[in-house]
Amino acid sequence: MKASNLFAGMMTATTLIASAMMVSTAVSATELTVYTAVESDDLQKYAARFNQAHPDIQIRWVRDSTGVMTARLMAEKENPRADVIWGLAATSLLLLDNEGMLHPYAPKGVEKLDPKFVDNNETPAWVGMDAWVAAICYNTIEGERQGVPMPTSWEDLTRPEYEGHVIMPNPSSSGTGYLDVASWMQLWGEDKAWDFMDKLHNNVSRYTHSGSAPCNLAGSGEAVVGVSFAFRAARLKSQGAPIEVVFPSEGLGWDMEAAAIVKGTQNLEAAKTLMDWAVSQDANELYNEGYAVVAMPGVAKPIENYPADIVERMIDNDFSWAAVNRDRILQEWTRRYDGKTEVR
Amino acid sequence: MQAATRYLYAPGRLQWLRGESAIRLLALLAALLLMLIGLALPLITMLMKSLQNSSGEFIGLANYRHYFDTPALAGSILNSLKIALISTLIVVGLAFVSAYGLTRTCMPGKKLFRMITLLPILAPSLLPAISLVYMFGNQGYLKGLLQDSSIYGPIGIVLGMCFWVFPHALMILVTALSTSDARMYEAARAMKTPQWRTFLTITLPGIRYGLISCAFVVFTLTITDFGVPKVIGGQYNLLATDIYKQVVGQQNFQMGAVVSVILLLPALFTFIADRWVQRRQTAQLSSRAVPYQPSPSPLRDWMLALFCYAIAGMILLVIGTAIYASFIHFWPYNLSFTLRHYQFDGLGGSGWESWFNSLKMAFSVAVIGTLVIFTNAWLVEKSRDFGWLRQLVHLFAILPMAVPGMVLGLAYIFFFNHPDNPLNVIYGTLTILVLNTLIHFYTVCHLTSMTALKQLDPEFESVGSSLKVPFWTTYTRVTLPVSLPAVLDISVYLFVNAMTTVSAVIFLYGPDTRLASVSVLHLDEAGYFASAAAMAVLILLTSLVVKLLHAGLSWLLLRKAQSWRQR
Repeated sequence: MKASNLFAGMMTATTLIASAMMVSTAVSATELTVYTAVESDDLQKYAARFNQAHPDIQIRWVRDSTGVMTARLMAEKENPRADVIWGLAATSLLLLDNEGMLHPYAPKGVEKLDPKFVDNNETPAWVGMDAWVAAICYNTIEGERQGVPMPTSWEDLTRPEYEGHVIMPNPSSSGTGYLDVASWMQLWGEDKAWDFMDKLHNNVSRYTHSGSAPCNLAGSGEAVVGVSFAFRAARLKSQGAPIEVVFPSEGLGWDMEAAAIVKGTQNLEAAKTLMDWAVSQDANELYNEGYAVVAMPGVAKPIENYPADIVERMIDNDFSWAAVNRDRILQEWTRRYDGKTEVR
Repeated sequence: MQAATRYLYAPGRLQWLRGESAIRLLALLAALLLMLIGLALPLITMLMKSLQNSSGEFIGLANYRHYFDTPALAGSILNSLKIALISTLIVVGLAFVSAYGLTRTCMPGKKLFRMITLLPILAPSLLPAISLVYMFGNQGYLKGLLQDSSIYGPIGIVLGMCFWVFPHALMILVTALSTSDARMYEAARAMKTPQWRTFLTITLPGIRYGLISCAFVVFTLTITDFGVPKVIGGQYNLLATDIYKQVVGQQNFQMGAVVSVILLLPALFTFIADRWVQRRQTAQLSSRAVPYQPSPSPLRDWMLALFCYAIAGMILLVIGTAIYASFIHFWPYNLSFTLRHYQFDGLGGSGWESWFNSLKMAFSVAVIGTLVIFTNAWLVEKSRDFGWLRQLVHLFAILPMAVPGMVLGLAYIFFFNHPDNPLNVIYGTLTILVLNTLIHFYTVCHLTSMTALKQLDPEFESVGSSLKVPFWTTYTRVTLPVSLPAVLDISVYLFVNAMTTVSAVIFLYGPDTRLASVSVLHLDEAGYFASAAAMAVLILLTSLVVKLLHAGLSWLLLRKAQSWRQR
């Protein structure tokens, strides 16, 4: 008897859940499916600001890390599911553009952006939002405890006192890792960059699969020095991690977050509206809340944890060089450092 | 006899039989269709990529040649085999001693120990990885135990694997050790055979098939898992993490497919060997066997009890560490208590939403999956005709175990998102997540169903058909109710796995269907370790509550069945 009551209860629950699922699929205004790698704690804020200007367009986010999002977009090539990409690395968008997956569009007001931040096709395939700068996370508590001084340059990291204390992302699993490698090559030329990495490799305790992991690990004291990027460092610091953000003196590799319309979207008008807003001053002020360098000149106010002269310290990054040479560089990197991975 | 023949071949009756067997055929074809759509076709679409270049042209085995010419890539094969073998040896050893304690001794606290050893399956595989860092990482409170070695690498991978594979191994070995013939032991005692010889000549040979099949399961699970090595593996290259590197790091689907094929081979091999062993196991135990009842022996009982308690202690320590981590401010620098991490700040308010999504998904998989898998197993086991068709469905049913989740996830994108596929409407919805998860965990449910059905007397079907009852009535009125405990086991297994699965669904969730298990990964990536631990603990508790409900329900049902038998 009791068993059948329970069974009836289960059935009722099924019905309830099924009807709840139907309600949630009810349609509202225009819906845009937006693929992004923007930090998940920022998504609500981004959508809310956009909706202040355009309440009739509802953003439906799909968010994952840069690598997963890029892989997913490429895998969906035959039948794209996203309307707009808002907040994915420009290097990924270059890749998608080469596959012919982007719908070129010059958003209203794009001429106000720094040309460095806009795709140089006649009608830009993508527009940049903000820059995403390499940085070193240094754990002050562990540094003092283990007698590891705070580095000030990339070159410092090759000194003997850093042996076993450095963590960096593996460039073949992480975009941030490749950004570092590509920036060293552009700074010093390939031969010197390989020399540097040979020496760095001796000090690296391990290579991680994610670009933010080195900083996270420095924050929790698992490493003293993590090669990562400034945004993550600043966020961790505000969470209470005892870290100092170091911007190495030789120059900083960087990538940008960018936005684009996906070719074949059913909501082209709404997608254009979002793109127009994504280059607006309001949007650039929004980006400036997390990033020190944004696409529209004159908007950026200095923010906590970033040096005032950060723009001058960013290298003159040649994105297409980095994209064209990626396979070759990664193969050489893998041959040199990944193959001899040994148990420590 | 003649009368019977005439009865059977009376015109109307034959037609009716034909109608019924047509329905059987249709049902079997539907089962086959499910396996084709959910498994075979997506997998073929994915594996074809290994024979193509990046623009989709056929290039034969060139990708494979490139793979084997790159030492850094091919070296992972050895690493993977090494890790899987070491984990298998450790887990099977530990599980054997524990199972021996549970079945062949009178050690105290058996029930509690069983409960505790179940906990690891209820948690996402990221949970042990997070806990191990807190325990053995550079700031870990047990770091001293590792001396100079690092947890980030093979040691961490093996420890993490052992944690979550142990329950699977224990379940198999407990079953194997439970079915033994007490008469053999009586004979041994009568002949004054020493204990160690009894063990070597009776106990071990009696469970050798269970032992081998357990080793195969553990080996397959450890070689295909990617959750543990990604977080704690450091740069120790394994096949499973290589797929991640190729696909997510470099968007190189072709090389990802090559690694997938290579990863399928050992798994497929173990799987075939396992089938072969299973086939030889039939009729191991004669119908006259008397179940073995252990008699107390204080020294032995307490030694095994201590061994089991030590294992239970380690499991509780790992889980306790994750719970502790979810309640403190900032490890290891601010250890004050807080509930803040359960607000899931790192997810901007969608933390509980993803938990609810997971619940919906897991519940759907449990209800739909149980019915579909059990019915299909019943069609395979209890039908008489269409032998080749039943064999084919059976083969497909045991294949999913050898397919790594990430491969299945990507395969689903390529297959289901194709513009010419009429099924592409389900892409990005909860439906595709349910289908994917159902297929991903099909094998164990199928094998459990088959075991339960084999225990049922085939007379039920004969009696049913001679009473002119259509087969589906026999199924719903007799087979299903009698097998209810097994059916409930399957549904809980599906529920629990749907709550914790990550690797396949990470490529498939849509704007409205983000899952809690994926959130754990995101939180961990974004450096919110404590929130990640909190979400993992939440998943564990959810599964635990469902598991307890299940235990209560089974108890009620069994009591009901028992009273019916007594009458």
